[in-house]
Amino acid sequence: MSGSPAGWGVDAHRALHVAGIRQIGYVPDGGLSGLLGLCAADETMRTVLLAHEQEGPALAAGAWLGGERAALLMQSSGAGNCVAALSLIRTCCFPFLAIVTMRGEWGETNPWQLPMGQGTASHLEECGVIVSRVDDEAQAFETIAAAAALAFESGAAAAVLIGQRVIGAKSFDG
Amino acid sequence: MSPRERPETSLDRRAATALLLEGRDDLLVVPGLGSATWDCAALGDNPLHFSLWGAMGNASMIGLGLALAQPARRVLVLTGDGDMLMGLASLATIATQAPANLALVVLDNERHGETGMQLTHTAYRTDLAAAARACGFADARQVADEASLRASLPLVHEAPGPVFLTVKVKAEPLPRVLPPRDGAFLKDRFRTALLGENTAH
Repeated sequence: MSGSPAGWGVDAHRALHVAGIRQIGYVPDGGLSGLLGLCAADETMRTVLLAHEQEGPALAAGAWLGGERAALLMQSSGAGNCVAALSLIRTCCFPFLAIVTMRGEWGETNPWQLPMGQGTASHLEECGVIVSRVDDEAQAFETIAAAAALAFESGAAAAVLIGQRVIGAKSFDG
Repeated sequence: MSPRERPETSLDRRAATALLLEGRDDLLVVPGLGSATWDCAALGDNPLHFSLWGAMGNASMIGLGLALAQPARRVLVLTGDGDMLMGLASLATIATQAPANLALVVLDNERHGETGMQLTHTAYRTDLAAAARACGFADARQVADEASLRASLPLVHEAPGPVFLTVKVKAEPLPRVLPPRDGAFLKDRFRTALLGENTAH
């Protein structure tokens, strides 16, 4: 296990703050807790607890219609839940930014995480999302800032996958 | 399970939509696919309507994002029972955010209108207003006649949200009236009308 959640989370929050993100839609994940805590404490941001990941693209679309920028934070297991909703993003050319904490890869001990984790990048790319990865926490700020530029300056859909090696593999030891 | 006996409703969906939107040209409206979009278009094209030709299950959450971004403006999501059922979990999400300026109105014909008028769950046991109430909406009601709908207009347009109204309407296929179908155009036109040329692009 390398890196600390606090480390990349601080940089990720700073990148979202600098990008002027106002609405943070999220489905909770242990790997996101540091970042989510910083977003919740940021007076310029509103965190929006989602019941289902498909709500994220729609929230982002509504925010943009109203003049605000949003981001979706979720675990890789929820990426598939966004597939249909991403057609809204693509059809209407909405900006879209997601941060995805990875499961089902490096050091995973829960086999149920593998199908979605191994397919996260390709599923998102099939939906027209530009995918980048952070496998070294020192790159978190620049990678998320670059994805935010793609989203909000170039009108693209972009996702940053935070590698499981950065977050740390979850243990299921009894 | 058999469908239950349909409750009497005297409401035509286009007349109900007209009652809800008449004189409300400044309202920010998210019409859900597909019948609600045609119903709104039948009243005339409005740049402050972000009309959905797809994105089933997403109308309510588009409304939430918009309502949070524009707290000084009233936002109305006007959709059908099929769309609302597909996004049912969003009722919990919306209730937790509790946007005071958001109203959800479901034109409930108990049918999937775009795919051939097949029955939805509301034809069986599901009561959407009760679901909204259980999720924590400030007020949630159901109406099935014009007098009750008229009496609910203050709920839709003025009451502290989030509020929810089921409008039981007749299950009748109506001629489609189509708004523009280019989603990028609809999005940019909406932002231009709401935010002005300088901030929209």
